[in-house]
Amino acid sequence: MKTTQILIAGFGGQGVLFAGKFLAYKGLTEEQQVSWLPSYGPEMRGGTANCSVVISDTPVGSPIITNPDVLVAMNLPSLLKFVDAVVPGGQIFIDSTLIDAKVERTDVKVHYIPATQIAKDAGFATLSNMVLMGKVMKECDAVSYAGCKETLEAFIPAKKANLIDVNCQALQAGYDY
Amino acid sequence: MAERVLMKGNEAIAEAAIRAGCRHYFGYPITPQTEIAAYMAKKMPKIGGVFLQAESEVASINMVYGAAAAGMRVMTSSSSPGISLKAEGLSYIAGSDVPALVVNVQRGGPGLGGIQPSQSDYFQATKGGGHGDYRMIVLAPASVQEMASLTIKGFNLADKYLMTSMILADGTIGQMMEPISFEDAEIETYEKPWALTGTNCERKHNIVNSLYLQPDELEKKNFERYERYKIVEENEQMWEEYMMEDAEICVVAFGIASRVAKNAVVAARKEGIKAGLIRPITLWPFPKKAMEAAADKVKHFISVELSMGQMIEDVRLYSGCKKPVTLCNRCGGMIPSPDQVLESIRQAQKGAC
Repeated sequence: MKTTQILIAGFGGQGVLFAGKFLAYKGLTEEQQVSWLPSYGPEMRGGTANCSVVISDTPVGSPIITNPDVLVAMNLPSLLKFVDAVVPGGQIFIDSTLIDAKVERTDVKVHYIPATQIAKDAGFATLSNMVLMGKVMKECDAVSYAGCKETLEAFIPAKKANLIDVNCQALQAGYDY
Repeated sequence: MAERVLMKGNEAIAEAAIRAGCRHYFGYPITPQTEIAAYMAKKMPKIGGVFLQAESEVASINMVYGAAAAGMRVMTSSSSPGISLKAEGLSYIAGSDVPALVVNVQRGGPGLGGIQPSQSDYFQATKGGGHGDYRMIVLAPASVQEMASLTIKGFNLADKYLMTSMILADGTIGQMMEPISFEDAEIETYEKPWALTGTNCERKHNIVNSLYLQPDELEKKNFERYERYKIVEENEQMWEEYMMEDAEICVVAFGIASRVAKNAVVAARKEGIKAGLIRPITLWPFPKKAMEAAADKVKHFISVELSMGQMIEDVRLYSGCKKPVTLCNRCGGMIPSPDQVLESIRQAQKGAC
């Protein structure tokens, strides 16, 4: 029995919800059990957003994540809010372009990825979310990296199909970092 | 294997309703159920259906009443404060014995409350809400798949018993996405000889009405209606049991609370506590059969709710007060953590030893 609880948090417009949807769809195409839960409350309306993704080989119990195995922090308020909730032995992925702070905990594995800078340099400035997802997929075995393109093709609407390749490049950039 | 797609709970309700043959949707927007209306607005015009955003909740429920009287499969959806506004229409629909489906994706209350998930409309859904003697079939989905399957079930039951079926969901189940497949849906259709379809001068005209000024007539109507309710109570109880075979501590929870509770039951089992879960799927009729059976076996009940304790009254009632019942709750848009439920189980275990 293997269950991975992934919390992705940042501010509106960074593609927090989309990144979570991508992971959920990836799990779905691998015949895993998944759930995706967005924040829709007042904090979202104030600018911050987060989503909870559970990927499991058994039916998902609670879709609400109190203690994530994986935290992806795309801004400082999100890191501060959730850093202590991560389970011991868990992993934290930080966009180090936007977050100066270092994690003081020693019982978690922390990855600092200048995702915003990487995305900007590569010419897809809005895809720091997918850069981070690439790194997440490399470091965690919740979903496999193979078949990303097929997953994107399956859920990106036809009229936005031109964005599939660039999303793949962003994933690759994160994976290779 | 049926193809699985990812869908939001709210969208699953809308898609399932369309598949069940619903071609009339009347609503008024409110968080956290707006995706239902949005989905209907997009789909209904393409399939010859009606999507209408009314000027208010009161108007939309009366449009439902009208379309139901005309024999259509019809629905509306809202969230807690909006359902309060619809309460008058719910009573009229019940008093006229026409079928309808009403969705309540609950948020915190009372009053305008908040927009976060809640289960504090349990009383309103199961005990009344509107005036007069009436019941609604109340279905409580705990997953996106059930948002769809219970919507279809709800339409079937409404037509079968000439009642309103209410889907009592919450903001979490409405907003979350999970894999779902539609292929196993059983859609039943019923003749509606009472419907107002135009006589073509070929039959006696039908009347749909809830006004009976002669008290003996009204009493007779109510007696008849309650005979029908009795059949529903006997035949339509639905529930899920989890690890109940040897359970000593029985957690009772529905909807999103049951998902959290299931995690806690698993954790309690790891500590050697014999915990189990009864998840009511119909809140009315309440799964009396499951509660009666459990009351003779378990040592303690815990009602887990996103309210100040509403279902707990039915847990006590239907377990015949044979065993202690305690409450584990959060409210106002907060959700108990699995740890909080686990702690309640531990406390119950101490008391039960």
